[in-house]
Amino acid sequence: MNESSSINSKEPAIIDINNLCLTFETQTEPVHALSDINLQVNSGDFVSLIGPSGCGKTTLLRVIADLEKPTSGSISVEGKTPNQARLDRAYGYVFQTPALLPWRNIEANIHLPLEMSGYSKDEQKSLSNQYLSLVGLSGFEKKYPWQLSGGMQQRVSIARALSFDPDMLLMDEPFGALDEITRDRLNEELLRLWEQTKKTVVFVTHSIPEAVFLSSKIVVMSARPGKIINVIETNFPKDRNLDIRESKEFLKVSQLVREGLKEGHSDGS
Amino acid sequence: MEANRLFSILIGGTIGPVVILVTAIIMIWYAGAVYLNSSFLIDRYEKNNIEWTFSQLASDSWSMERPVLPSPHQIAKELKKTIWDKKITSPRSLVFHSRVTLSSAMVGFVMGTFLGIVLSVGIVYVPALDRTLMPWIITSQTIPILAIAPMIVVVLGSMGIIGLVPKAMISTYLCFFPVVVGMVKGLRSPSILLVDLMNSYSASKVEVFWKLRLPASLPYLFASLKVAIALSVVGAIVAELPAGAQGGLGARLLSGSYYGQTSLIWAALITASVISATLVTIVGRMERAVNNRMGLQI
Repeated sequence: MNESSSINSKEPAIIDINNLCLTFETQTEPVHALSDINLQVNSGDFVSLIGPSGCGKTTLLRVIADLEKPTSGSISVEGKTPNQARLDRAYGYVFQTPALLPWRNIEANIHLPLEMSGYSKDEQKSLSNQYLSLVGLSGFEKKYPWQLSGGMQQRVSIARALSFDPDMLLMDEPFGALDEITRDRLNEELLRLWEQTKKTVVFVTHSIPEAVFLSSKIVVMSARPGKIINVIETNFPKDRNLDIRESKEFLKVSQLVREGLKEGHSDGS
Repeated sequence: MEANRLFSILIGGTIGPVVILVTAIIMIWYAGAVYLNSSFLIDRYEKNNIEWTFSQLASDSWSMERPVLPSPHQIAKELKKTIWDKKITSPRSLVFHSRVTLSSAMVGFVMGTFLGIVLSVGIVYVPALDRTLMPWIITSQTIPILAIAPMIVVVLGSMGIIGLVPKAMISTYLCFFPVVVGMVKGLRSPSILLVDLMNSYSASKVEVFWKLRLPASLPYLFASLKVAIALSVVGAIVAELPAGAQGGLGARLLSGSYYGQTSLIWAALITASVISATLVTIVGRMERAVNNRMGLQI
């Protein structure tokens, strides 16, 4: 922890958000999805956004990805506007559902972003092989999405997001729709991927154990208006496995997150 | 046991039920021929003071020169005469007439499909076209084709455009509509999620079209094409009815009704429906081939 954070602290933040607000105009009344958000994400961080439904955590992720525009405030991604960062393909986005194209086989699905980034056919092939083996799906190249389980599909979607080697991985409750056993396994895999690829990850979840297990930084949010209640840094060994969930330190951080969520809840109601 | 096996042969499989249905239709047809032709025959019997029995009535009504409803074997004979026995270049050959109708139907189908796809892309990508074009497209289909077909044929004829083109245009007129409706829906069918995915790769509009919208629209396109190809035959036949077209199944229908040759009309009708069914089947085969290639389940 000390070693990595001391390196990170010298670099400028890869994502820098200041006083950001986002209001959706609806027919009845404006909805304050995000209110006065301040957040810095350093290169190599694993940041989880956690909070109840409707707290704007997905919206915040979409603002970083330039899929939503903020109403006010400033945000820079890799020192650029989010729009420029998106045009430069700075991030891979993993959605709540795998979002694979049903008419493309697994390999061709991973080729999708590569085709648009101008990789040659050979490069596409070797990259899809490389990332499929990274997520443990070698041998499934020619299968179609419907032939794979939900967990496998989501792994394809992660491989696809990594395939063009973006600096950041933005993940929106990627394991929310999966059963707990699959989710646990994928959590461990994701941690290993993070360690191997040294990507910056922003991860939206509403599961406390998931957030605590994965993150180097947990951002606790509250709903209506969506705002940040607390930012908790964790200090677990990088090569941790699920056993750590039994440790005192883990329970302490979980408790901290839970209290933050509770505070936000009582605040809101 | 025996009865059971016979039953399962009849009902199981695909051939059994089809045979049963066709037999039933033919039997009803023969009965209908007796019923519809009887009043004329009975009049004639009474005028000539002929004693008649039911069996005589039946056999007479199945072999009339100009029946109200010809019997199936008369139509079959007519089909054999006009398809098998005549040279295919003869104007009395149904093959000749089918070729005339089919060629204008196919030209119309191709043009209609092309027009439909172009219009749907315009409607999906240009908001102004979406608001202005769609009402007109729908209005165009509320005009009865029988009313507008002669006008198109006559107007184009006065401009010196005769033969295949005016007929193909009427097929086009009928064909483009299902293609527009289907393709607009198909091109808009990708979920917001997949559009966001493409945006996250900073995909251009062209890339979104070729890699997402077009492949997603193919199932809709094929559903539309099945409707359109059947309509293209209808359009070609309707276009042959006015202005005394020289060839085509429509002209054949017209001359049949001039001369009270009902078996000639029925033979042309059956030929037309066989052509339509074959074309729809071909589109269905193409659809399956494309689906297989795209790894989609039917």
